[in-house]
Amino acid sequence: MWRRHRPTDGEFRQEIQAHIALDTDRLIAEGMRPDEAKAAALRTFGNVTRVHERFYESGRTIWLDDLRRDIRYALLTLLTTPSFTTVCVVTLALGIGATTAMFSVVKSVLIDPLPYRDSAALVRIVHGIGGKNQSHFNDAILLGYRENTQTLMDAGAWVPAATATVTGQGDPEEVRSLTASEGLLTTLGVRPDIGRIFSAAEHTPGAPDVVILTNGYWQRTFAGDRDVLDRVLTVNGRPHQIVGVMPGGFRLDGEQDLMLPLRINRGRLVPFFRLVGVARLKPGITLVQANADAGRILGNWLDDTGQKDPAYRARYRPALRPLKQDVIGDVGATLWVLMGTIGLVLLMACANVANLLLVRAGARRQEFATRAALGARRIRIARLLLVESLTLALLGGGLGLALAYGGLRVLVTSGPSSLPRLSEIAIDPIAALFALAISLLSGLMLGLLPIVKHAGLRLSVGTGDTGRHATRSREHQRSQHTLVTLQIALALVLLVSAGLIIRSFQALVRVDPGFTQPQHVQTFDTSILPGPADMERETRFRQQMLERLAALPGVTSAAFTTRLPMDPSVRWSAALTAEGIPDDGLTPPNHQVKVISPGMFQTLGTPLVAGRDFTWTDLHDLRHVAIISENLARALWGSREAALGKRLRQYYAQQDPWREIIGVAGNVHDDGAHRPPPPTIYWPALPITPGYEPRRVSLAIRTERASSASLVAEMHETVWSLNPRLPLSEVRTLDSLYDQSLAQTSFALVMLVMAGAMALLLGLCGVYGVIAYAVSQRRREIGIRLALGAKTSDIQGQFVRRGLRLASIGIAIGVGGAAAFTRVMESLLFGVSPLDPITFASTPILLATTAALAGYLSTRRVVTIDPAETLRVE
Amino acid sequence: MSTRKGEQTKIALLQGTLDLLILRTLLFRPQHGQGIARAIQQQSEATLLVDHGSLYPALQRLESRGWIRAEWGTSDNNRKARFYELTKHGRKQLVAETKQWRRLTAAIGRILGPEEA
Repeated sequence: MWRRHRPTDGEFRQEIQAHIALDTDRLIAEGMRPDEAKAAALRTFGNVTRVHERFYESGRTIWLDDLRRDIRYALLTLLTTPSFTTVCVVTLALGIGATTAMFSVVKSVLIDPLPYRDSAALVRIVHGIGGKNQSHFNDAILLGYRENTQTLMDAGAWVPAATATVTGQGDPEEVRSLTASEGLLTTLGVRPDIGRIFSAAEHTPGAPDVVILTNGYWQRTFAGDRDVLDRVLTVNGRPHQIVGVMPGGFRLDGEQDLMLPLRINRGRLVPFFRLVGVARLKPGITLVQANADAGRILGNWLDDTGQKDPAYRARYRPALRPLKQDVIGDVGATLWVLMGTIGLVLLMACANVANLLLVRAGARRQEFATRAALGARRIRIARLLLVESLTLALLGGGLGLALAYGGLRVLVTSGPSSLPRLSEIAIDPIAALFALAISLLSGLMLGLLPIVKHAGLRLSVGTGDTGRHATRSREHQRSQHTLVTLQIALALVLLVSAGLIIRSFQALVRVDPGFTQPQHVQTFDTSILPGPADMERETRFRQQMLERLAALPGVTSAAFTTRLPMDPSVRWSAALTAEGIPDDGLTPPNHQVKVISPGMFQTLGTPLVAGRDFTWTDLHDLRHVAIISENLARALWGSREAALGKRLRQYYAQQDPWREIIGVAGNVHDDGAHRPPPPTIYWPALPITPGYEPRRVSLAIRTERASSASLVAEMHETVWSLNPRLPLSEVRTLDSLYDQSLAQTSFALVMLVMAGAMALLLGLCGVYGVIAYAVSQRRREIGIRLALGAKTSDIQGQFVRRGLRLASIGIAIGVGGAAAFTRVMESLLFGVSPLDPITFASTPILLATTAALAGYLSTRRVVTIDPAETLRVE
Repeated sequence: MSTRKGEQTKIALLQGTLDLLILRTLLFRPQHGQGIARAIQQQSEATLLVDHGSLYPALQRLESRGWIRAEWGTSDNNRKARFYELTKHGRKQLVAETKQWRRLTAAIGRILGPEEA
């Protein structure tokens, strides 16, 4: 079967040759001499070249051949000027890479749906209690949401920040556990990779103990052995059967290791607000409808608890909100601001490369004129330039994508843990497409610029001149100047942003957190196994532990608390009644509660501004005492001294005895340096307050040897000498908690400073380039002036002043732009206004100095101009 | 395509006419480019001289439409040449176009009337 295929160039040539040869043969057969025959045949045939051309043109892939040729030529030109190419490609790579990386972050964190099935229908169960949003609720409310709802398909809850002890697998290990209620996994729509979810029976009290592993824990402990079902794991002292392993991407509010079933005893519901949860809306139900229904459920609960007071009931409001919004929190503003600034950097990079291309296009005037003379159409030349800039942009984009990939890997492994969904950030095909798109866009933009400039190209070359095209180079300089001015303006905006963040950070760091020298405080957590416990005996045991730890060399003091300052994972609160302060009918607000041992304030470095600390005698005598924070004292009694001797007790436990305030402690910024310190009440570890048993505590040790391996080892030995089966977890210094609280601002800081540094560098290059070009264009003029006796410093000064003039215009525009841009940044800033005068005054000076420096450096070549030589060339 | 009558007037022909002539030439046996040109020249008694600049594009067109197909072969005097052959579709096309041509010329002939002396 003969295929229908278009003959190639070579084949066609052969065919024509054959044609001519056959004709020649015929003429020879008719009697002509061979050479005459050949000539006659050729004549008859006609113009071989024309035939060839027509054949060639009839093909439909001419433009493809042209394109291939253009690309080859572009690559060749780029290769022969390696420094130019490298600078352009690297500049573009930085801009495109940074933008692509930021896009990936924004996409993964803000835009992509959560990794649960149909996550748009998921809501977080939140209530407004007394005006403040509270995501905790109790068993009865959960049952209300699960069984009494008209708008929800399903709901589930878990106990947050729970831990469990695993023994029998080497050292006793404290692992993070998720105690999941019935319906949690089905609400989220996630199934285990291996095995099954808990059955309804397993959620009833008294059922056999079962556990589901998370993928990470399964890999670590069982090395990914798929034969893990039905094996037994000793959790909290009891054997649990493994019934499932969760898929790799699963996480809920942080990382967990195990999942245990939550057992609700309907006969004895736990009244404490210990659960947090999510729910799935029925199809077609809106958030408003769901909230209305939730209000009804809350009302039912209040009825069941016998609460009739309408004012009290009015304080409980439903506040369900979309789960994604809850997860993202307020990080959105930061990310969009960063995206904006990185976009500006890309613009600057493009402006820089555009300038370089413009200069080079000017230098190739001869080449273009020659091409035009040889018959190339203007479009052809334009296409050539476009292909060149697209090639540059695509090369830059490829390198940029690689840079973005590497940068994101670094970010994910060492990034701020406060960035939600951090582990979901990756370069995916969409990000690659984005990189391709902005590369093409940049390439087009860059390519069109020199085309527009040289649209009216005429054949005015060939006079052997040395650049005396004053008109053209003036035009040239105008566009260059515009670009550089734009660059300076953008650089100013970026530098101002960076400056504001730096000052915010400084302000944050200056805030007195309520403790001193956190790097010298070593901490770790321990907890008592679930189940009945003799808290008095446990506290005596802990006292022993503290005494032994305090006896270690280099240790000044040791104590424990239920919550370390700035620890995000725990927060207890209680509503308090103050003796002598009239009850105004409303429930008093919740204040933070910490249960501590004596010596805590000393260990942390929190000052006692009035009264005294607890003593172990207070604890063993079971005296009802309390210490409150300074702001609580002022709020209730006007001054710290006035608080001493007054009495407080829990609002919800009116039968409890009053506690006497024996001390007032300095405020501690428990919620982070950027938030006001919460009013706090401190209870001693004994006597036990029901509902506030300090089962899990953080021990703190003040020592200069904190975080050293030897101290940590001694710490472990000391604890295990008292109880070899007690696991230690969260071994860290107070420093790390402090750093973590600054994480969001420090992340923004790092990004903006990098962007600002890049902007400064690009601006410097821009100014340098323009002035250097001007100098080279006017070599002859400079030579003449030097010959006539001008001083080199005068000439240099003139060029530097020109550079400064350019920079000033750019700075003026930039200040306006910055004033508009920083308004957007307001939510990121702390202690500094978006129009902070110091920043707005100092950055122009910095930029102007840099521009002057760049100008000066570029005029150093003036010194090398030999007047005799330049004049001779004429 | 243009033809030269003697050395003087060029008679302009429609592009499709050359296609028709080529198809007709290939009706009975395959032929190479040079052969086709000579055949047209001879059979028209030298009225039509094929401009080779038009011949090969025409052959191209016919080949891409599937009316003829080509393969390399050897000529009578042992020259390597590319031979063209009519396909089944080409044959059908030839019949259709011939019929159309005859109707066209008949109609024009009726309008012009008999040849005046």
